[in-house]
Amino acid sequence: MRYVDEYRDPRAARRLVAEIRRTATKPRQIMEVCGGQTHTLIRYGIDELLSGAVDLIHGPGCPVCVTPLEKIDRALAVASRPRVVFATFGDMVRVPGSDGDLLRAKARGADVRIVYSPTDALALAEKHPDREVVFFAVGFETTAPANAMSVWMADKKGIENFSILVSHVRVPPAIRIIMDDPYSQVQGFIAPGHVCSIMGYREYEELAREYDVPFVVAGFEPLDLLQGLLMLVELMEEDRAVTRNQYTRSVRPDGNPQAKKIMNEVFEICGMTWRGIGPIAESGLRLRDRFAHYDAERRFDVESVKAEEPAACIAGAVLQGKKKPHECEAFGKECTPEHPLGAPMVSTEGACSAYYAFRKFEDVDHGV
Amino acid sequence: MGFECPVPIQDYDTVTLAHGGGGKVTHRLIEQVLVPALDNPALRELHDGAVVRWEHGALAFSTDSYVINPPFFPGGDIGLLAVNGTVNDLAMCGARPRYLSLAFILEEGFLLKDLWRIVVSIREACQALELSVVTGDTKVVERGKGDGIFINTTGIGERLPGAEISPRKIAPGDKLLLSGPIAEHGIAIMSVREGLKFETDLESDTVALWPLVEAMLNRAGRQIHALRDATRGGVASVLNEMATAGGVGVVLDESAVPVNESVKGGCELLGLDPLYVANEGRFVAFVAADAAEEVLAVMREHPLGRESCLVGEVVAEHARVVRLRSRFGGSRVLDMMSGEQLPRIC
Repeated sequence: MRYVDEYRDPRAARRLVAEIRRTATKPRQIMEVCGGQTHTLIRYGIDELLSGAVDLIHGPGCPVCVTPLEKIDRALAVASRPRVVFATFGDMVRVPGSDGDLLRAKARGADVRIVYSPTDALALAEKHPDREVVFFAVGFETTAPANAMSVWMADKKGIENFSILVSHVRVPPAIRIIMDDPYSQVQGFIAPGHVCSIMGYREYEELAREYDVPFVVAGFEPLDLLQGLLMLVELMEEDRAVTRNQYTRSVRPDGNPQAKKIMNEVFEICGMTWRGIGPIAESGLRLRDRFAHYDAERRFDVESVKAEEPAACIAGAVLQGKKKPHECEAFGKECTPEHPLGAPMVSTEGACSAYYAFRKFEDVDHGV
Repeated sequence: MGFECPVPIQDYDTVTLAHGGGGKVTHRLIEQVLVPALDNPALRELHDGAVVRWEHGALAFSTDSYVINPPFFPGGDIGLLAVNGTVNDLAMCGARPRYLSLAFILEEGFLLKDLWRIVVSIREACQALELSVVTGDTKVVERGKGDGIFINTTGIGERLPGAEISPRKIAPGDKLLLSGPIAEHGIAIMSVREGLKFETDLESDTVALWPLVEAMLNRAGRQIHALRDATRGGVASVLNEMATAGGVGVVLDESAVPVNESVKGGCELLGLDPLYVANEGRFVAFVAADAAEEVLAVMREHPLGRESCLVGEVVAEHARVVRLRSRFGGSRVLDMMSGEQLPRIC
């Protein structure tokens, strides 16, 4: 397929791997922030191909994984209301809450529907004026503009039976938490390409200066990541804490101004709790007062629903790059995609799910 | 009395969509609830159709229910699917389809003209195969208690005398043939589903496979060890089923599996792996190594198998595990699907 196959060419990949190995004079600890990138790296075995030269530390960039338990519980509470149509992206339906997941709520009678875009949810609201349509607005800066747009359009069209349950998170504050940790091993970052398509990379230039680490904005195909890693290793070798852009076909320095505008008009920055990590200042988005009546948590009065994370799962350590998924005792045993203990095992972007789905042939008990 | 239900399976206390997805959760339901309760040798084969012996030879017998939404989709409709699906289950047993039963569960309010279109399509599909619908049933449920139309068909087929097809016959060294590009049905359906609509020129690959299977059996007979149509759960899931049933290891070559461009595009868009997407007109064949080339040639000569290819082999190592040789040179486990594939967020 054009514009895809070119970025998956095995021969070009081998050349880049060799070049990274030649360039790195010592092993480098690099964090790829985004879960989509983690998935590509594991799926194509790039972590293995680079072992010894680059140690890949998987970052917290899976929006499904970091959505706090409390939000999932509130989503379950809203979805179970009689007149509600609860619309969500597909991978949220199996994230475990305190008592089951959305798939189970659906089996018990909740009207849970998978949509591909928040505007599809808005269309449902128009089509079913007698129902309350709630969209689960999760994600990083990538999904925020479209979610903002749905609220803006609802407002403009006067659609009253639509609201969103907001659980938006922002990448830069999470990077600060990782770098402020005295035990952090991270020496360089692959910045999230899709987030930067919206936001640009000025924020990352600031982070590079502040923490004296280089950033390379990279895409999601194997060759994007290999090229990004090569650029990053070169910067490390030259000891230059700057930000470079590998993903030029999608990312401009200032991002997408229209998208940022609608996002700022509808949302404002707030504190947010990350599942497995805890509260991070200024790391979330909420609806501005002008749009507060589109806030599903207020509309359905579920703000009193509170939840505490169970201790069993090490998702927090995985999301901060302190542990790898297979270092968890429950990995592949009690915790599998059919029976996830934590969100990183659910989402296609979760590190645990990537490790499980693409587990190396040698690591499996093959039976007799 | 004294027979206890082994439920709860895992910790589900209700049926979820994953129980019908064709992946691990479906299998657990079958293996932990249905098989123990109803055990017998024919059922234990866990094939899509059963071969039962009677005084005049061997009969293949299969049943399937069709609940597809929407009932009309690019490349076909629920009626065509209900004939082809059951016929294909019989074909995978090496049997010529002969008789079909047809049962409708209709929801109050379903348009009669739509029902007529479906019936016409069933008639045409049967005529093409010289197959007769010999019995049937119609039930209507109240509005809101069904999804427009559900169909069940049961088929009886006559097994070809030369055929001896069973997962148990799969042996190390066997070659793995695939009858064409994959994932077209699943992506075509998703492209017209509410909430996921996108534009594509794709059509479902639904087709009755018997004519192709017959040509293969006529040429290679007993050299064809096992056949399986890659419906729910896609190629990855059926290969896992076959590896388990045959007690062998299967190696699949990722770069040899044909996927057409529109399907690749749809999969990229939805975040799906084509190896797990449903097909309605594609099957895998496990063929003795020395007959593989000849069988592949027969398949490619046939209009239903023009794009067939050799995609892998059976090995004695790693019994019951499917290994994917990836494009980048590594090897990884190709697992059975967990539930339904979920379109991803971004």
